Amino acid sequence: MTAFLVRRIALIVPTLFFVSLLIFGLQRLLPGDPALAMAGEDRDPAVVAFLREKYHLDAPLPERYWLWIKGIAEGDFGESIRIKRPVRDLIFEKLPVTGELAGLAMLVALLIGIPAGIIAAVKHDTVIDYGATMAALWGISIPNFWLGILMILLFSVTLGWLPASGFVTPAESLKQNLLTLIMPAFVLGNAIAAVMMRHTRSAMLQVLGSDYVRTARAKGLSQSRVVLHHALRNSLIPVVTLGALEFGTLLSSAVLTEQVFTIPGFGKLIVDAVFNRDYAVVQGVVLCTALAYILLNFFADIAYAVINPRLRA
Amino acid sequence: MTAEPIDTVLLDADSGEAPWQRALRHLVKRRTAIFGLGMVVFFVALAILAPLVSPYDPQTTNWAAVRKPPSMLHPFGTDEIGRDVLARIIWGARASLAAGLVSVSLALAAGVPTGLVAGYMGGFVDGLLMRMIDAMLAVPFLILAIALAAFLGPSLVNAMIAIGVSQTPIFARLTRGQVLSVKHEEYIEAARAIGNPHYRIVLRHILPNIIPPLLVQATLAAAAAIIAEAALSFLGLGEQPPDPSWGSMLNTAKNFISQAPWMAVWPGAAIFTLVLSLNLFGDGLRDALDPRRG
Repeated sequence: MTAFLVRRIALIVPTLFFVSLLIFGLQRLLPGDPALAMAGEDRDPAVVAFLREKYHLDAPLPERYWLWIKGIAEGDFGESIRIKRPVRDLIFEKLPVTGELAGLAMLVALLIGIPAGIIAAVKHDTVIDYGATMAALWGISIPNFWLGILMILLFSVTLGWLPASGFVTPAESLKQNLLTLIMPAFVLGNAIAAVMMRHTRSAMLQVLGSDYVRTARAKGLSQSRVVLHHALRNSLIPVVTLGALEFGTLLSSAVLTEQVFTIPGFGKLIVDAVFNRDYAVVQGVVLCTALAYILLNFFADIAYAVINPRLRA
Repeated sequence: MTAEPIDTVLLDADSGEAPWQRALRHLVKRRTAIFGLGMVVFFVALAILAPLVSPYDPQTTNWAAVRKPPSMLHPFGTDEIGRDVLARIIWGARASLAAGLVSVSLALAAGVPTGLVAGYMGGFVDGLLMRMIDAMLAVPFLILAIALAAFLGPSLVNAMIAIGVSQTPIFARLTRGQVLSVKHEEYIEAARAIGNPHYRIVLRHILPNIIPPLLVQATLAAAAAIIAEAALSFLGLGEQPPDPSWGSMLNTAKNFISQAPWMAVWPGAAIFTLVLSLNLFGDGLRDALDPRRG
């Protein structure tokens, strides 16, 4: 296990290095003088000079990279030019909002995707299976921002059941908080539910055809016991890892969902930053998502290796 | 007299059929895949023939017909400045299809050579290239595309570049995996044994054999690219107004949802139909090309 851990960590270090190069390199894409580009429309000479000083724009590239990395290691993600606040604070402020949304969406995905996958596999090649498979294809193909707009049209505008937008923190009112998040969580979770359904179905089909399941049936166990106790456990392992991999999709889609439902989270932060030409914020958000993704997959791999000793070799 | 027909039957069922013919035969049998292909062809025709089939100019405003619901005159209604929604959907197909085509071509052009080199050379080069690919995969697809579009500046071309760059790692990984699986096949060893140079082995012997999975992935990636373009345009980072694109139409429609819901229904339905069709075709293609299935 130690050897596995060491190898896995050895893989992370170069990946992190390239991620940092990629994000640092974004700045180089700015047309012309980055200080002028970052200073915005008015190009106040004082601001330009401040930016040049703050980001060491006159220093050679390797030195600038080193200073940038050193800052991040010390927790300095730069400062928002527009709001004049540290990027780190902005990110920590928005993180719980997106975190709650993403958590609820994952819950929706699990609650729909896994049961649907099990049922489709057990009822293999029946109308139910085809229906579930078709529904999954729809879930993958529907643009979630459109689904969001349609749901607002139905549940807010026409029926008036749910608020169309806005966000209330759970501390203010848990009920209101959940009411505002039902639609966004469904919109965000639905595509992942579709992916989970597909994977659960194929994993279940494989396991249901295996010898030990046949043995369990031969012993005279009931269908539900065979499916839930014997088959499901083994088929869920790859599905759990999938959850970590789908985290990236979740964050990508959260940007759109937050935009549709005007939820002040991570996604709204990066989109607003893009339009305000607040490049430090854009870089900070990209860096944080990449770090979260790398760490989550690292832990998923370890969890996987703990469950399945064959992978440690 | 009796032996003859049996011979023909054997010939028909077995030999003499090239792999692509077999795949084509399997593909034609899959009705959903053919339906998907038909819909894609329909959208392509719509985009090419836009000047001929569009009932109105997509940019002409008409202040006498602002936010009019669907009618005989405007089958899909009009938008907030009186432009015909149907005309904008037809012209908007161009942006979506261009995004699908250009982004995936970019991703193929960058990803396939990277994967070929990494898979074939192995060792340090492989490790180095794959860590770079891991780094790109670590940034969620749309967030990377948003960041790139932000730094490059918002436009359809930049959105396509951003999507292409974000899709590159998928193709690099897939190509590498495929190269690894065929690298030690006997026909590759044979090609090496008779003294073929490396580039010839890679291009003439390995590449043609790994095209089927790449083709399937390209179809599915085109679907993803079309959604991504719509998403970037929805956020205001793709096609810029007044040029029509389905994503930016939805962006505007969001603000008129209670007054003019048809503005939101049609562009979304167009994205959904095109993406679903590509996915149906891609899934069918995968099944048809897989020798183990059918």
